[in-house]
Amino acid sequence: MDGKPQRIVLSEEQKRSRRARSIAIALALGALVILFYVVTLVKGPGVLNRPL
Amino acid sequence: MPPIGEGAQFAGGKIASVSYEPSIATVGDYVALMKPRVMSLVVFTALVSLMIAPGQLHPMIGFTALLCIAVGAGAAGALNMWYDADIDALMKRTANRPIPRGRIAPGEAFAFGIVLAAFAVAVLGVLVSWLAAALLAFTIFFYVVVYTAWLKRLTPQNIVIGGAAGSLPPVIAWAAATGGISVEPSLLFLIIFFWTPPHFWALALVRVDDYARARLPMLPVVAGAEETRRQIVRYSVALVPIGAAPWFLGYAGAAYGATALIAGTLMVMFAWRVRRNRSGERAAHQLFAFSILYLFVLFAMLLIDARVIGM
Repeated sequence: MDGKPQRIVLSEEQKRSRRARSIAIALALGALVILFYVVTLVKGPGVLNRPL
Repeated sequence: MPPIGEGAQFAGGKIASVSYEPSIATVGDYVALMKPRVMSLVVFTALVSLMIAPGQLHPMIGFTALLCIAVGAGAAGALNMWYDADIDALMKRTANRPIPRGRIAPGEAFAFGIVLAAFAVAVLGVLVSWLAAALLAFTIFFYVVVYTAWLKRLTPQNIVIGGAAGSLPPVIAWAAATGGISVEPSLLFLIIFFWTPPHFWALALVRVDDYARARLPMLPVVAGAEETRRQIVRYSVALVPIGAAPWFLGYAGAAYGATALIAGTLMVMFAWRVRRNRSGERAAHQLFAFSILYLFVLFAMLLIDARVIGM
């Protein structure tokens, strides 16, 4: 062991695909937030009144 | 040194106990993992069910239900590809899928499928209906555990019983729209259930070598092409009255009834050509293609009947 930190260096392709995946996850989570917000507005006070 | 990703390298000394391969999977690979073509048929049948269900459903709630059903179907597809990666690699039709191609690691596909399934069920339950959510959870379980992990490698009836998973989306959509289940969605379930065997066996007849190589007990591999052709005709004949049932039970109009009878007769004719044309793959290809059109036309006609003619 030479005492240097042990880590993995990503290739350019790996960096690009990781960035694309991260953006897709961010967009999906953002869409989920918007979905909950809009559906809450649509349902209004009845948001907790769901058919079972 | 353990294997690491293409182009990746350790900056420091070696890590003997860690085997980590940085992913090169793109967003497109994950989309492919969700079987988008299967998903499109699921979304279409669910959409029709949502649209013809009685009552007024807010478009946003309908959209949410469809989104959850689509994501749930995608999750089931991802989990199916995770479990079947070994046999997918052996078959020409599936060798290009993301896992056998080395684009996505099996563990990543499993995690992706589980997370999507959990989100789809939870969001459908919280925002739309817990009955619909329970049905979606059951559908995913049935497709992944009952069909993929159990029946697919066990019996030539795999796609007959497993077809129930593909038949449930209209029932889920109906439950989302009405909060319950009735005769109409059950008829939609039956149409897809009886449509599935001739649709898949037409494909299996053409891909019999693929299935044999993967040691999958598909009907043409186990019982032979002759018996498969007989079964295709039987199911196609049974599909004619089932396809027309929404009309003669009074849930759809004469236009739908006429369309269902004509399309059903054509389906039987295509099936009969497969039966007669013993060596021709062309007839099986044509039946496979027509069966997709058949389902599309029937569901589209149900929608037109309910929303245009019936208004």
